[in-house]
Amino acid sequence: MKKRPYVKGLAVIFMLAGLSAPAFSGSEDVNVENAWSRASIGASRPGAAYMIVRNTGEDAVTLTGLTTPLAMMPEIHETKTNADGVSSMTPAGEITIEAGESLALEPGGLHVMLMNLQNPMTEGETFPLTLTFSDGDEVTVDVPILDIAARGPEG
Amino acid sequence: MQRRHLLRYGAAGAGALGLMLGVGWWRVDGPGASKPAGQRPLALSAMDFRLTDHEGNEVGPDTLIGRPTMVFFGFTYCPDVCPTTLSDISGWLDDLGDAAAQMNVAFITVDPERDTVEAMAEYVGYFHPAIRGWTGPEDQIARAAEGFRALYERVPTKGGGYTMNHTASVFLFDAEGEHVTMIDYHEPREFAVPKIRRALPEDVAGAT
Ligand SMILES: [Cu+2]
Repeated sequence: MKKRPYVKGLAVIFMLAGLSAPAFSGSEDVNVENAWSRASIGASRPGAAYMIVRNTGEDAVTLTGLTTPLAMMPEIHETKTNADGVSSMTPAGEITIEAGESLALEPGGLHVMLMNLQNPMTEGETFPLTLTFSDGDEVTVDVPILDIAARGPEG
Repeated sequence: MQRRHLLRYGAAGAGALGLMLGVGWWRVDGPGASKPAGQRPLALSAMDFRLTDHEGNEVGPDTLIGRPTMVFFGFTYCPDVCPTTLSDISGWLDDLGDAAAQMNVAFITVDPERDTVEAMAEYVGYFHPAIRGWTGPEDQIARAAEGFRALYERVPTKGGGYTMNHTASVFLFDAEGEHVTMIDYHEPREFAVPKIRRALPEDVAGAT
């Protein structure tokens, strides 16, 4: 609950600053906000991307897949840290977002994993990422590529 | 964990046993615990491994004694946890200001097959300059992890690749090489930075 004003605030800052505000297309009921990713070293390592996926519609939506020209195998993964402090990542499968709820893809939790990069991720550029939902709707967002040491959508 | 204490203290006699168990509980499960006793890292002076830093220098646990130290295990093909932690560490070091220059920070790879000295050099170059990247033969990495009680495991991924599960906490040692505490993965800065200051000598911790 507390996160919402913060997220909205950031969106406003993005617009005021004239930074690349997330671009939407496709479904009217899903908004993607605060998308960001880190630059890569070359193309042999996997990349990660983060964003808030907000379901503003009246019905639940289920995120079933991702596509991007940047990576052959984009997938939602979940990082978990167990009681021993050991972190692991597993594919998260399909994710349902209830009406009015949002899905946070953020460091150390659910994230977009970009496997088999087709080219390096260069700071200052963006790449298109298409989210596909079970009803056939698609949302495409331009994900800004930030510094390799970025901590959030603001850098 | 309890059994370990029973065995160790059993020889001290029945009278002392009750008292020691009390102390053991406080350290193991109670408020004094930073990690379960069986998994507490050794003192740096009790560890034994030889690695190479990202500038090609031979390094080991003795390299870290004399200054407070942070150690983190990870690998450069790690897309989420490792860049997040290295960014967190960089942020803590920025907060510490001049005191950061009085610390050792070592990022030890658990994936020496891909993380060569050159790969480590390129990777750590994007983070705070105090962070050193350490790699070496697999048996030496294993000995290091054993000393720190760090865990890691190679996990195959779809498409024939692999990733590594690994301990994501940051290990904190004082200048004498004694383990002070752990900083959990993605622990907020307002908790992490005071923990680090506790490991610094007083004259250094005061400086900003
Ligand atoms: Cu992942």
